[in-house]
Amino acid sequence: MIRTEELLLNVGPQHPSTHGVFRIIVKLDGEVITDATPVMGYLHRGTEKLAENLNYTQIIPYTDRMDYVSAMTNNYVLCHAVETMMGLQIPERAEFLRLIVMELQRVASHLVWWGTYLLDIGAMSPFLYAFRDREIIINLFNELCGARLTYNYMRVGGVKWDAPDGWIDKVSEFIPYMESKLEEYDRLVSGNEIFLARIKGIGVYDAETAVSYGLSGANLRCTGLNWDLRKTEPYSLYDRFAFDVPVGRTGDCYDRYRIRLEEIRQSLRILRQAVEQFPEGGETMGKVPRVIRPPEGEVYVRIESPRGEIGCHIVSKGKAEPYRLKFRRPSFVNLQILPKLLIGETMTNLITILGGIDIVVGEVDC
Amino acid sequence: MSEEEKPGGTLPEEEETMQPSPQQADLDEAVSLLCSRVHDEAVAEAYLNEMNGGMPVLIIRSEHWLEAARMFRSEPALGCDYLRNLSGVDYETYMETVYHLLSMSTGKQYAVKVRTDRDNPSIPSVTAVWPAANWNEREVYDLLGIDFPGHPDLRRIMMPDDWAGHPLRKDYEPLDPEV
Repeated sequence: MIRTEELLLNVGPQHPSTHGVFRIIVKLDGEVITDATPVMGYLHRGTEKLAENLNYTQIIPYTDRMDYVSAMTNNYVLCHAVETMMGLQIPERAEFLRLIVMELQRVASHLVWWGTYLLDIGAMSPFLYAFRDREIIINLFNELCGARLTYNYMRVGGVKWDAPDGWIDKVSEFIPYMESKLEEYDRLVSGNEIFLARIKGIGVYDAETAVSYGLSGANLRCTGLNWDLRKTEPYSLYDRFAFDVPVGRTGDCYDRYRIRLEEIRQSLRILRQAVEQFPEGGETMGKVPRVIRPPEGEVYVRIESPRGEIGCHIVSKGKAEPYRLKFRRPSFVNLQILPKLLIGETMTNLITILGGIDIVVGEVDC
Repeated sequence: MSEEEKPGGTLPEEEETMQPSPQQADLDEAVSLLCSRVHDEAVAEAYLNEMNGGMPVLIIRSEHWLEAARMFRSEPALGCDYLRNLSGVDYETYMETVYHLLSMSTGKQYAVKVRTDRDNPSIPSVTAVWPAANWNEREVYDLLGIDFPGHPDLRRIMMPDDWAGHPLRKDYEPLDPEV
């Protein structure tokens, strides 16, 4: 007689593959997971509570620290919400700069994901390739606003700094470089049989499940749904540029992988058009009152961050501070499906599936 | 959707001609469906939020919310299969949860609000209707102390399990002010 016993295994709170301080308690029957309970909150800083005592400009640096891999999109969603409440017009040059940094950020964010995902699965070298290329974007941001990760770049009504001389040229030089590197990535990894065996057919769900769990971003599009807020509910200047929304078919980790790589290509396509149309001269700040006081009321705005729909719900009482500020964080909502996906999987697939969702714990906990 | 800044300067004109009509129809449709199928007093208030691009807002009475939520999801005319956001707000005299709903097929959007008493706040859980509500309701419970009867696993999610109080409440005072 073989004696079997249920094993309770704690993963985290500090674990290299959890991309932050995330913990999950799994119940194992041999190698197979029978139950999984995620535990969050280790990075909870109370951003929403802190924001109630800060004015809107002061909140912007806090948004940098939510999804610290994609701070530019977080900056944008807050500014965009306040601008919507106040009905502000943004100068074209400022909006172009915002769009360019957001798309560069998407590329940088997907590169972090690509590198770390492969690292999780056991491939060391792709990480070095991805970070080599991401460094170029980080340097571009550093030149623009003096920070490598927490940019605090956007303001209600525009952007803080204009692009320095030659910056736009550097962005246009980066585009063909990155395109050639993407081919290298594909040669290096995408066809690798061991890699494919690890991710194909893993973590599968259908479109209906994805919608009911409120998934967004690549996690939603991998099921075949063509849903990208840049197309479906265009904001900023996205309706001016031609780009495709890559969608998957099977809803597995492989589709999510393909989509994110293709999104880098599409972002480069947007960047190429944006750089070409970039206006000569012009203001980088619109007409904004000295003290930003949105009128009484509330808005919910949402944009497409690299991880999905990031939303900002503001309730204003006409004061300089928000009465209530709530962020809809895609990582938090996307992570909900994890326990459901894990049941019946093996421990090795836990890492594959968690990495495939692409979370940033700073955003999960907020 | 229409709150976007469209350079070109045609915004005021669009506001006059386009804004009220389509969303007003969405709002009226939802109100009449709720009143006829759920309860004739299910909707406490309904208006368009002009600030948010004319988003239809419905304030639904808490006792009818679960049934109304089921209808929002299953009624083909509404088809709100996607819960995009769930927020809780403390208005000092009452508490409110806001559900931002979206129909993936038609693109219709609604902001649904449910109000509850502040002393003993309780709003039926809609986790069975939208699984996406699960962690969101836990977050609202944790930070604002609103109870969600019917929730499968209502525990704190952000704060430690032994935390006292609900930090996002307006009258919250930390036990140790130094922390």
